[in-house]
Amino acid sequence: MTNSAAPPLLEVRDLVKHFKQVQAVNGLSFDVRPGICFGLLGPNGAGKSTTIEICEGLLAPTSGTVRYKGEPLGPKYRERVGIQFQSTALQDHLTVIENLRFFSALYPVRRPIEELIALCRLEEFLDRDSKKLSGGQRQRLLLAIALVNDPELLFLDEPTTGLDPQARRNFWDLVTDIKAAGRTIVLTTHYMEEAYLLCDEVVIVDHGRIIAQGVPSQLLAEHFNDSMLEVPAAEAHKIPATGLTGIAKGETVEIQTADVNGAVAALLAGGVSLAQLRIRPRTLEDLFIELTGRGLRE
Amino acid sequence: MKAMFRRIAAATWARSLEFVRDRSSLGWNLVFPILMVAGLAFVFSGPGQPLFKVAVIAPAEATLDASLHPFLGTPQVQFYREDDVATALPKVQRHRIDLLVDVSTQPPRYWVNEQSPKGQLLERLIAGSGGPGFTRVATTGKEIRYVDWVAPGVLGMNMMFACLFGIGYVIVRYRKNGYLKRLNATPLRAFEFLLAQLLSRLTLILIVNVLVFSACRMLLDLRMEGSYLDLLVVVTLGAFSMIAMGLVVSARLASEELAGGILNVISTPMMVVCGVFFSMDGAPRALKIAADCLPLTHLLSAARAIMLDGAGLSQLAYPIAALTAMSVVYLALGAALFKWRQD
Repeated sequence: MTNSAAPPLLEVRDLVKHFKQVQAVNGLSFDVRPGICFGLLGPNGAGKSTTIEICEGLLAPTSGTVRYKGEPLGPKYRERVGIQFQSTALQDHLTVIENLRFFSALYPVRRPIEELIALCRLEEFLDRDSKKLSGGQRQRLLLAIALVNDPELLFLDEPTTGLDPQARRNFWDLVTDIKAAGRTIVLTTHYMEEAYLLCDEVVIVDHGRIIAQGVPSQLLAEHFNDSMLEVPAAEAHKIPATGLTGIAKGETVEIQTADVNGAVAALLAGGVSLAQLRIRPRTLEDLFIELTGRGLRE
Repeated sequence: MKAMFRRIAAATWARSLEFVRDRSSLGWNLVFPILMVAGLAFVFSGPGQPLFKVAVIAPAEATLDASLHPFLGTPQVQFYREDDVATALPKVQRHRIDLLVDVSTQPPRYWVNEQSPKGQLLERLIAGSGGPGFTRVATTGKEIRYVDWVAPGVLGMNMMFACLFGIGYVIVRYRKNGYLKRLNATPLRAFEFLLAQLLSRLTLILIVNVLVFSACRMLLDLRMEGSYLDLLVVVTLGAFSMIAMGLVVSARLASEELAGGILNVISTPMMVVCGVFFSMDGAPRALKIAADCLPLTHLLSAARAIMLDGAGLSQLAYPIAALTAMSVVYLALGAALFKWRQD
């Protein structure tokens, strides 16, 4: 559904946001084209939540503009977009279906609730108190709530944080379905695997600025021309001293190399067992760590 | 317009479901006031208070002591000032005070209820006090039991707690857990949300209090001289003003502890100075002025006037005007100060 010729759905220009002591966003510009999943990535405190809240129309920028379909965000904007926050409390003692009906009633344009139930797979727990849902069920309900007004543009702020692997994969399937139906999605996430899988385009933000921007596979091709070899730490002493540099990382030692065949041959010659050798292409996570550093973020 | 009403109706319904399904809190709202009224009725069912209470009409500059008339020096009698006979006489008739004395006229006069033993005892004290003789004016009227007088106070107090804490805590909790932030991302506007909270709370409080009032009336044979419709009007207005007061407190806070503290600071004085348990006749002027600024005072005076004296709404223009003014001011303030999210 990606259409590079179409005008952007959302245009963000020179966005700046100061809080009292902090400059959270420091001149961000990007376009979100219709029909894509756009990833906003960055470590904690990088400014992605502030950026997404400004794009959602919930926070006013200090300077800069956000335009939706070429127009500034007006009072009707909230009727048109869908938003799922990272964590949202719902009213106590309301069931899933009651929550859906309530949020649905707040919008002038409404998608039939039966469709939402089917799309987000809520059938099994429609009459359950929303407080008693599992993490994955809860996120599916919140996604359905974000879709009650049948929005063209959907914001998902770290939707899979805290979910178990199955629930996370289920959620990815839902997002893929929504994208296939032609909706545009702006997603923030900590999970680089998720970003790689779902996003057609990403920006990596740190200290309120964009430090990388593009299609994930192209970004990887631009930044890396090598692969990663992982050798168990116990075998590290067998790595030949010439030509290969290993970096210890927990139980393994990582070796970056552009010449995989040559490196494997050298390791074999050194006596490293092939059984526990891993060869993998560079990932978005490698890029993320390389660009944002390994320092601890709070 | 239609969309706005749909949003308000949806938010009102959702909040009402939440309230009604919170069984423990609902049960407490129903049972507590009945227990309280019944308990007070039991405690005060014995002999009345030992103190005599006498209203005095006197020149403004005079102090109420023996220099004005030797009777005013009688120990064990509480003398307090009233401005005119019209206000004070019904209190004699309802046995709320034992005697009314007017020393601003020559000769001085007193009013006694011929059905009041305490009044007749005080007559003898007057006769034996020396000083200028009094002109006696007799009046009659059935005694109002303390329970008849205190029941509106207790029900009103309970309603005050339900209004203030019910609305205050809920909105602060919604803000703290981020639910308000989520609602802010929808087309629901602040005043629509507040109106929905108010309507939901008001309806449920009225239903609960009709049930509690009916139970108290059956159990305790409460006196009801006036019209039920008038009482409903006054109670609705009173509850509205106190809920609006709760909206002001909850407009910005995101801490339930702080909200609880502030609500206690507001509700405790209301419990004391608004005449819940004891009449504020004879209280210092400053206290009366303070009480006049609080909605519960006007709710109770209007409700008692209807229940005990059979007053109609036309006679209650002052409390009704005061409650209306307070409702408008609190509501405007609450909406103006309201914030969806914590700073």
